[in-house]
Amino acid sequence: MAYTTENNQSGLMAKAIKEGIFAGLIAFGMFLLFVGIETYQDINNQLVWRTRWGLLAVFVAVAAIGRFVTVGFIKPHLDARKLAKAKTGVLEISDKKSFFHRHFLKIALVFLLCYPFLAMLIVGRQGSLKYVDNFGIQILIYVMLAWGLNIVVGLAGLLDLGYVAFYAVGAYSYALLSSYFGFSFWLLLPMAGILAALWGVILGFPVLRLRGDYLAIVTLAFGEIIRLVLINWTDVTRGTFGVSGIAKASFFGIWSFDVGAANNFNKAWGLPSSSVYYKMFLFYIILALCMLTAYVTIRLRRMPIGRAWEALREDEIACRSLGINTVTTKLTAFATGAMFGGFAGSFFAARQGFVSPESFVFLESAVILAIVVLGGMGSLTGIAIAAVVMVGGTELLREMEFLKHIFGPDFTPELYRMLLFGLAMIIVMLFKPRGFVGTREPTAFLKERKAVSGSFTKEGHG
Amino acid sequence: MTTGTTTMTKETILKVEHLSMKFGGLMAINDFSFEAKRGEITALIGPNGAGKTTVFNCITGFYKPTMGMITLSRSNGKELLLERLRDFEINKVAGVSRTFQNIRLFSGLTVLENLLVAQHNVLMKASGYTILGLLGLPTYKNAAKAAIEKAEYWLNKADLTDRADDPAGDLSYGAQRRLEIARAMCTSPELLCLDEPAAGLNPKESLTLNALLRDIRDEGTSLLLIEHDMSVVMEISDHVVVLEYGQKISDGTPDHVKNDPRVIAAYLGVEDDEVEEIEEKLDKGIIEEGAV
Ligand SMILES: Nc1ncnc2c1ncn2[C@@H]1O[C@H](COP(=O)(O)OP(=O)(O)OP(=O)(O)O)[C@@H](O)[C@H]1O
Ligand SMILES: [Mg+2]
Repeated sequence: MAYTTENNQSGLMAKAIKEGIFAGLIAFGMFLLFVGIETYQDINNQLVWRTRWGLLAVFVAVAAIGRFVTVGFIKPHLDARKLAKAKTGVLEISDKKSFFHRHFLKIALVFLLCYPFLAMLIVGRQGSLKYVDNFGIQILIYVMLAWGLNIVVGLAGLLDLGYVAFYAVGAYSYALLSSYFGFSFWLLLPMAGILAALWGVILGFPVLRLRGDYLAIVTLAFGEIIRLVLINWTDVTRGTFGVSGIAKASFFGIWSFDVGAANNFNKAWGLPSSSVYYKMFLFYIILALCMLTAYVTIRLRRMPIGRAWEALREDEIACRSLGINTVTTKLTAFATGAMFGGFAGSFFAARQGFVSPESFVFLESAVILAIVVLGGMGSLTGIAIAAVVMVGGTELLREMEFLKHIFGPDFTPELYRMLLFGLAMIIVMLFKPRGFVGTREPTAFLKERKAVSGSFTKEGHG
Repeated sequence: MTTGTTTMTKETILKVEHLSMKFGGLMAINDFSFEAKRGEITALIGPNGAGKTTVFNCITGFYKPTMGMITLSRSNGKELLLERLRDFEINKVAGVSRTFQNIRLFSGLTVLENLLVAQHNVLMKASGYTILGLLGLPTYKNAAKAAIEKAEYWLNKADLTDRADDPAGDLSYGAQRRLEIARAMCTSPELLCLDEPAAGLNPKESLTLNALLRDIRDEGTSLLLIEHDMSVVMEISDHVVVLEYGQKISDGTPDHVKNDPRVIAAYLGVEDDEVEEIEEKLDKGIIEEGAV
């Protein structure tokens, strides 16, 4: 007995070493050109290259040692634990969930409501600016966009690669209508949503006859067309210069956040002049908008139209045989999703004070879609978690100064954001192929509400 | 409503006239005419590839026929030309619903949800096209309750009540077939078209299916049925139409069709001389001939 385990042990080590060396070789091959060689412009504007063997060595070492440790120690350990669990008869899926698990949503909401004040308490007024704006507002914008796209992709199963177009329509609606006509944020917010929805219908009508890959390609093209129109229609949109000096949102018309205004919010409340309060106000606006999106989505799912969307994702032909007009059903999904994109867009314009076509590139659509897929298509909670991980993660990577100690002073973590983003996605997809929340909540039940396993739901094909 | 199955001369519910369907060079259906009577089970049978599913697809709007006229008479006296309606209107306006040869359920929705989706149009209207429903008006709440009751009724008939909250994709094959029929019935159709409902069922399941189909007929829905399983066809149908290579080769009561030498030939795939042999036997009265 002892003999065999020993034998196993040495066999395992040999395997771990072999796989470690192999992983190192692959890493060497992959990163040789990406990391090992760097091109830059010298003083004479000539493109020259230099090598970074040290950094390359670090990459290769991380891959090789990581693989060695995984194969040699982590995996056997996990297997042993699983075996032990199976022996004692404790099932992996236990019915009892922890307190945190059961009340996750309530806890999250309370935390979000306190978040700006917590940030202020902990890091002070100026320090909290970053946490409220770069993390809080930024993440919530993506949560809202992803929840909006979720209606189109997650519920109705229509693969839309040009969602950012509606975000752009919302942003430019606010930017242009407020600068040309001086309308207020609170009037333009619903208007931007309606305009975006209208565009959703206009674009959707010809496009939604297509299915699957074709739909994806055409929506992608529409996203680009909107961006190109924004760039080239210089008379109205000022092209690549963008629209600047966009009016701030006011406190429901009662107080203004403009520094010079007579009814300035900070003055009225005797607060020191700081932009933090405006950011906090914006934080609560986007939080409310997110809640609205979630509320409408949850309500719509239980309405016939929401069920029809999900049925459409499952089987379009069966829908038609049941008398469901698939064209109008798809259009409503498209328009509803677009409307939330439009709301988010007008909020974005008000927060930024500046919009340009740069903000509405295809990468944005891809990131939003990635959040929806990672979160688990259709699940609001999963998508919110994915947005926190993805957007918060990329923001955090800007701060990873300590990485410089590992990879040397030349290492700029910002530049590797997208690489790490991709890596994170691959890891999540390997371990959670259906996204963070893979199950689906039924919209009606007879006796008990049982979550539907993700293995039964379809991704849609149209 | 017509609940009985005998005596009184029955009106026609579906009339197919000179139907032809061409796929490129292939004449899948060639000048095919038949009638289905209200309150009856009409079976459409024929060898593989005869064009039965294609006839269904023409009737239910999934194909536009190359030629021909398909008339549906509703119980309120309205006559509708099905080939002019759009696919979803065939169910919504004409009251024709169908099932599919390869089952098409919403597998990620629960059994109950499948039956609620089928009541989409009724619920849509009750919810004021979503807007009134979002406001939480009682009309919608009542309609939603009624929809669940209707779903329960059909769950009970299809013997699926225990599985109501499970995903449809999790059901056994036979249960999925029954669910598809229940779902089609939830649209309150006047004519129900079933494409091989007994395919893949074991003999016991086949028997319960027969009972279910008779039940549906007795409640006033007419049935049009494609079936290979002769035990089902002969047992429950009132009228049989036989199709081969897109053409009608026989039409009549089950007994008549069963003994039609052309049908026997088509089904057994016998040589021509054997057909003659059978015909000779018929002439001599060795095989009893059914009512003509
Ligand atoms: N969409 C289509 N395009 C081209 N040919 C088709 C199409 N649909 C059916 N056919 C052809 O029409 C003929 C009849 O097919 P159909 O599916 O109607 O037969 P069937 O009687 O239902 O057979 P089975 O008993 O096997 O279901 C076949 O030769 C088939 O290949
Ligand atoms: Mg067929």
